[in-house]
Amino acid sequence: MSAVGAGGWRPGLRESHLYDRNVIAEIQRAAREGIYDIRGFGAKRRVPHFDDLLLLGASISRYPLEGYRERCGTDVVLGTRFAKKPLELKIPVTIAGMSFGALSAPAKEALGRAATEAGTSTTTGDGGMTPEERQHSKLLVYQVLPSRYGMNPDDLRRADAIEIVVGQGAKPGGGGMLLGHKISDRVAEMRDLPKGIDQRSASRHPDWTGPDDLEIKIIELREITDWEKPVFVKVGATRTYYDVQLAVKAGADVIVVDGMQGGTAATQDVFIEHVGIPTLPAVRLAVQALTELGMHRRVQLIVSGGIRTGADVAKALALGADATSIGTAALIAMGDNSPEYDEQYRAIGSAAGYYDGWQAGLDPVGISTQDDELAGRFDPVLGARRLANYLRVLTLEAQTLARACGKSHLHNLEPEDLVALTLEAAAMAGVPLAGTNWIPGAGDAR
Amino acid sequence: MAVEATTGVELVDLEETSLRELNRRLHELAADDPQPRRWRVVNSNGAHAVACGLNAPVEVEVAGHVGYYCAGMNQRATVRISGNAGTGVAENMMSGIVVVDGNASQSAGSSGRGGLLVVHGDAGARCGISMKGVDIVVRGSIGHLSAFMAQRGSLVVCGDAGEALGDSIYETHVYVRGEVAGLGADCVEKELRAHHRAELRSLLDQAGFDDVDPGGFRRYGSARTLYSFRIDNAGAY
Repeated sequence: MSAVGAGGWRPGLRESHLYDRNVIAEIQRAAREGIYDIRGFGAKRRVPHFDDLLLLGASISRYPLEGYRERCGTDVVLGTRFAKKPLELKIPVTIAGMSFGALSAPAKEALGRAATEAGTSTTTGDGGMTPEERQHSKLLVYQVLPSRYGMNPDDLRRADAIEIVVGQGAKPGGGGMLLGHKISDRVAEMRDLPKGIDQRSASRHPDWTGPDDLEIKIIELREITDWEKPVFVKVGATRTYYDVQLAVKAGADVIVVDGMQGGTAATQDVFIEHVGIPTLPAVRLAVQALTELGMHRRVQLIVSGGIRTGADVAKALALGADATSIGTAALIAMGDNSPEYDEQYRAIGSAAGYYDGWQAGLDPVGISTQDDELAGRFDPVLGARRLANYLRVLTLEAQTLARACGKSHLHNLEPEDLVALTLEAAAMAGVPLAGTNWIPGAGDAR
Repeated sequence: MAVEATTGVELVDLEETSLRELNRRLHELAADDPQPRRWRVVNSNGAHAVACGLNAPVEVEVAGHVGYYCAGMNQRATVRISGNAGTGVAENMMSGIVVVDGNASQSAGSSGRGGLLVVHGDAGARCGISMKGVDIVVRGSIGHLSAFMAQRGSLVVCGDAGEALGDSIYETHVYVRGEVAGLGADCVEKELRAHHRAELRSLLDQAGFDDVDPGGFRRYGSARTLYSFRIDNAGAY
């Protein structure tokens, strides 16, 4: 905190809006270090989000359900289009892909344990499948990424679903990144890389380019796994309307759309903050694309990027998503940014509530590290317990809101249950500004 | 489908049998004692995903041209394509042998982690892209951006290589006998020492190219200057 902020303000000290303290500090850091800022977490700038929407609870014209008595279903089935064995989830909140490498082995284990306890799925990441996460995850989605680190057909067959990752919300168009201090012996071996290098993984898949190739790639994966597994296609939110239509055309069972607020383990700050569109318009564009193809609900839509509360879940579902996915919030639930470690965060130049140094491998909580001592601090059973609690809370909150809207299943929420607080949110989400019938941009927005 | 009594070869005609049925039967073979061990696929007519995901010590001959991803993710099987192969032949193969008698299109052997891919003709762009332990031997020439981000294994090219060979390469050994149109970022020519010559000889022999003299090859690999982020290297990307 500068002298101005720490009670040092006096008349005449006026901070520039354009060059605020963070901007000045970043210019100074760039000049000093000569390299862009790489960090974890997601976009920190304010963008229109689910907070800018409100649900219309029932009153005279709508009939609510009793909050503690009447059933409000939460289950969802993913992959009903082509797969012989779709994923059956108890709750519409899944755990997003996060790599072993970015996260410690105990953290990956905890994600699997929690997902299993809550009746949902978890996902591998850019580093292959570890035996620990397979063992502890009842439902595990195996990612096929541009890097193909650790990719092997045995894991493909062991998986419950396959997710072809085209991009992620934090960096659509960008490849993975894992800095040298997190490339331990085990991580290096799994990725077939030298130990300790700053690893940049590809942004393009090595064996397909464009939607026509993707269609054939999906057929190959289905043939290898005898058409059993649902095939997801994950895109970072940019030209979402077109991406979703192309993914459907290519044969996806499930489409995952990750908004720009989606987290990352290591990405350039300039990339995180300046590429992609927010989750709010991405949901609407995805649903519009599916609906126009007659595929809404036939190809399931998972939405991620800034899902924090049951309200976010309920609103995403009301806009037409079949499920949501969490990454950053899952790590926080397991202990990331815990005040318990504030002193240690400060020792590495951060503080509890601000920590975004997931790329550095110094995580005092033991989640985003490959250091054995730090990782050893993280108790996967306790971490899983916390995350499972959090998943239950998300579900209960979403049910509470849905019942108030008179819905006996979360999937019965609909855009008609929503209004927007701001013009921007109204235009992006395609719902009316509260108190009006006005949806700015309706009818011509892609 | 029928086993020819005299040869013991299972004959599959893709004009009569679906691709799904062929792959399903190949996947159902016992891992250690597959019967029949020898298969011959006819009328492939450029079909995609032929004989992908195999995991048994069988020999499959595809008598014709194939489309994308033939022998994809192969484990232990020997797959021979008596024709040309489309994009991604033997992609991500783990073990076994895949032979293309004709030419291979883009991304031949991409991200392969083990085994041997032999191409008797030319291979297109991005041959060996992201390779992670597979060995690839090409009798003819290869296209641009081959061995891009190649991590492990060896790529042997008896003909020429296109632009940007070995861009951002890690530890793959690249041997080229003919002209190299250009090297990618962080790829340099390296000394070809005795043990490299022995490796090259062994790979050529495994490919059945015993008429090729390893003496005429040059070796390329990583300069390792981009292994760590340094602003001074920004211009190299």
